[in-house]
Amino acid sequence: MIALEAVLQEIGALDAAELTRWIDSGWVRPEGEHGQWLFRAVDVARVRLIIEIRHELAIDDETVPVVLSLVDQLYGLRRELGALCGAIAAQPEATRQAIATALRAQGEPGEG
Amino acid sequence: MANDDPYAILGVKREASQDEIRRAYRKLAKKYHPDLNPGNKEAEARFKTISGANDLLSDPEKRARFDRGEIDATGAERPEHAAYRRYAEGAGGAKYHQESGVSEDELGDIFADLFRRQAGRGGGPGGGGPGGGQTIRLRGADRAFALTVDFLEAARGAKKRLTFAPGHSLDVTIPAGFADGQILRLKGQGDPGLGGGPPGDALIEVHVAPHKLFRREGNDIHIELPVTLAEAVLGGKISVPTISGTVSMTVPKGADSGAVLRLKGRGIAPVSGAAGNQYVTLKIVLGEQKTDGALAAFLAEWAPRHPFDPRSGMVES
Repeated sequence: MIALEAVLQEIGALDAAELTRWIDSGWVRPEGEHGQWLFRAVDVARVRLIIEIRHELAIDDETVPVVLSLVDQLYGLRRELGALCGAIAAQPEATRQAIATALRAQGEPGEG
Repeated sequence: MANDDPYAILGVKREASQDEIRRAYRKLAKKYHPDLNPGNKEAEARFKTISGANDLLSDPEKRARFDRGEIDATGAERPEHAAYRRYAEGAGGAKYHQESGVSEDELGDIFADLFRRQAGRGGGPGGGGPGGGQTIRLRGADRAFALTVDFLEAARGAKKRLTFAPGHSLDVTIPAGFADGQILRLKGQGDPGLGGGPPGDALIEVHVAPHKLFRREGNDIHIELPVTLAEAVLGGKISVPTISGTVSMTVPKGADSGAVLRLKGRGIAPVSGAAGNQYVTLKIVLGEQKTDGALAAFLAEWAPRHPFDPRSGMVES
């Protein structure tokens, strides 16, 4: 957990006003409250991602929330799917085989 | 792979302008950015190569050195930053999912649907393995939160409300003497369990903000207290702030700047164990009095008749 100043120092090329604007817009959600924000590793990585999206990929301010929302949904689903895969992996071999067979029967596209 | 021609990687001619290079990089980066392609190893590898080529060619100086053959393409590998995808799928990333338009409940439906179907089917699949057909009960995941409390709240104990999403909050009791960085566990306040499993716990990392007067060491409180020259020389009763209000303290006659006085039991009173003390370090402050002519005149007359060198043995004369 690090403070806003430490994030700015670690990342560079970003000022407090801009990062605060991102927090106010809900793009980044550190813990704590105004003036005492605390950033986790996931928040810092997200700040880096937003910088890359805006500066390197040249996506404008109005499009960033759309991208972030889709990214969040993607990772949310991947997280749920990961949990599901974990649960399946913990099953006996026969059960996993049965699930694989059932998936194919559902008309999963498979390869291609 | 890093030795490949960076011009070929970005698909630009050797005489391409910086602008053309930037456009070519952006186009490829949008397609292959690994945080936008989680789990796609090929995209990740491609992006690394593309970024390396861009780092080299986007810097005119490095590009010129590369063109002259002074450095090879490996000189351009960028430092590895912790990628967003490494965290986003973990528990910490969940907070970015909650308000993204798909609610937890809807997602929960994917699992609810799964278990409903499984229960309805009755018997297990033909293999007859030991796990066949049984309903999965899973304990819910723990949820991690952070909470910042002010110094006095942590010292005296406090009740706080932690709001982590619109309409969702937890009431948290901070016990007296809670230290910075300690973790509170609230049983059953984490994610709901699956298939009737018990819920996870909420783990709250508590941060204690510093105080402008008080400093804490264990259960003891330290404070630096300004006193006037007269109070230091003549002694007397003064008021001292403590974490539980102002108390009166006697300054002994002839107290030096830096002298430490103890207020017994005025430190932190933890839930169990003895209370700490407050230690008061005196600091003589002249304030407005330093411009007082009478004091200066008195000292000018008095000092030569009372020689005293507090630095004897410290400074070579």
